Amino acid sequence: MSGSEKKHKLSYLIAALILIIVWNAVSCLINSPAIPNPYVVFLSFTQQLKQDLPQHFLISAYRVIYSILLALSLAIPIGLSAHEKRIDSFVAPFIYLLYPIPHIVFLPLIILFFGIGDLSKIILIALIVFFQILVTTRDAARSVNEYYIYSLLSLGATKKDIYKHVVFPFVLPKILTALRIGVGTAIAVLFFAESFATNEGLGHLIVDSWDRADYPSLYAGIVSMALLGFILYSILEFVEKRVCRWM
Amino acid sequence: MTKAIEAINISKVYSNGVKALENVTFSVEKGESCSIIGPSGCGKTTLLFIFSGILKPTTGKVLIDGSEIDKPRNTALILQDFGLFPWKTVYENVCLGLKIRGVEKNKQKKIVEKLLKDLGLQDFRNSYPKELSGGMQQRVAIARALALNPEIMLMDEPFSSLDALTREKLQNFLLELQNKDSITTVLVTHNIEEAVFLGKKIVILSPRPGKVVKIIDNEEMGDVEYRNKKGFFEKCREVRKSISLVI
Repeated sequence: MSGSEKKHKLSYLIAALILIIVWNAVSCLINSPAIPNPYVVFLSFTQQLKQDLPQHFLISAYRVIYSILLALSLAIPIGLSAHEKRIDSFVAPFIYLLYPIPHIVFLPLIILFFGIGDLSKIILIALIVFFQILVTTRDAARSVNEYYIYSLLSLGATKKDIYKHVVFPFVLPKILTALRIGVGTAIAVLFFAESFATNEGLGHLIVDSWDRADYPSLYAGIVSMALLGFILYSILEFVEKRVCRWM
Repeated sequence: MTKAIEAINISKVYSNGVKALENVTFSVEKGESCSIIGPSGCGKTTLLFIFSGILKPTTGKVLIDGSEIDKPRNTALILQDFGLFPWKTVYENVCLGLKIRGVEKNKQKKIVEKLLKDLGLQDFRNSYPKELSGGMQQRVAIARALALNPEIMLMDEPFSSLDALTREKLQNFLLELQNKDSITTVLVTHNIEEAVFLGKKIVILSPRPGKVVKIIDNEEMGDVEYRNKKGFFEKCREVRKSISLVI
């Protein structure tokens, strides 16, 4: 077990190394200040760490994590309830009509109602992630094999037991997969949401450095944002491994 | 002798118009083992679901211990697939019925540990079903049923996905269990040898909608050696003949 785990980690290290080498090669070939080599970016990154980069990072992390939690707390109950055919026949048309809309276009409305502060950003990200998780959760909740339920009913289960012992554990791996995809989307929207009307966050740092043509700083922002995504993704993978041992 | 199960003229028509059962009448005595055999799709499973209280017959009634059932009672249902929950360990699966019935934790542990030991599963308590062989899985399903100390055990083709050798082993195991605990059992199968080996009473159903074609008494069964006796083969022939008349 630990042997394969070590190999696993090693292959990640090798992949990271190859990416850095390719990056370095491209930077040498193109030889433009717009593509600094990894070492310069690393220096800029460590230097910025002493300045306000950690703060930007934390604010971005706060926004994106809150958004995901908000999306989850709404999408999971609604998605799970689709297991009841009666509820699903009510909810399904709404999902069908609302899901295909590019929700980012609601930005002006959200700002109109919730101002230009953190709340608007969180709501915008949550809105988009919400639908991704909802659609997956609903599909999974509807596909629970009824024999599992019969089996549980024969043990004298109540409705609550069915959700607790069958529907939720069955759907959980699918929610986690949706979340992993959702994290990518969430950070993309985060960048968009932070690119205006704020002085904080990695998105702001990137756009601001861009304006100032401060490429090392710009790259430090990009690397931080990538790191944020990577950390969230790793956490999810860790949780998934723990929770879905049975798969 | 008192009757554990009494099916009186039951018919079942599903909401989609499929007629599963028609005027089924038979009874199973307390402590008796009964095999129900018939072609695929003859409503055998429906019949078990009705006995367990999960489904209601469209007309007619079922008496369990002399009274009509309105919700799942102290009956245990063992299904071919989907009986065990893949997301629960062996221990959790066996424990589930007790948990749902609100049995105290310490007592749960005592009952489950003893069962796991009796069924030779103690080394697999933390395994997930997919890590077990088919025979092992069905043993877990039986353990879960027994954990509830049921008066009636209903089995829906419990061994049909097992290889011949494992199947025979589990049949012997079940027979010994019946002899020891004299639990009333109803076993649905489409295997003639299995029906004869395990059923003191053999109920033959017709193709859909299932009707009772014949009830054959099988007084000689009850011993593991029965499988090798002349009477066994003759009984199998008798059952086969009755079935061939209706298919």
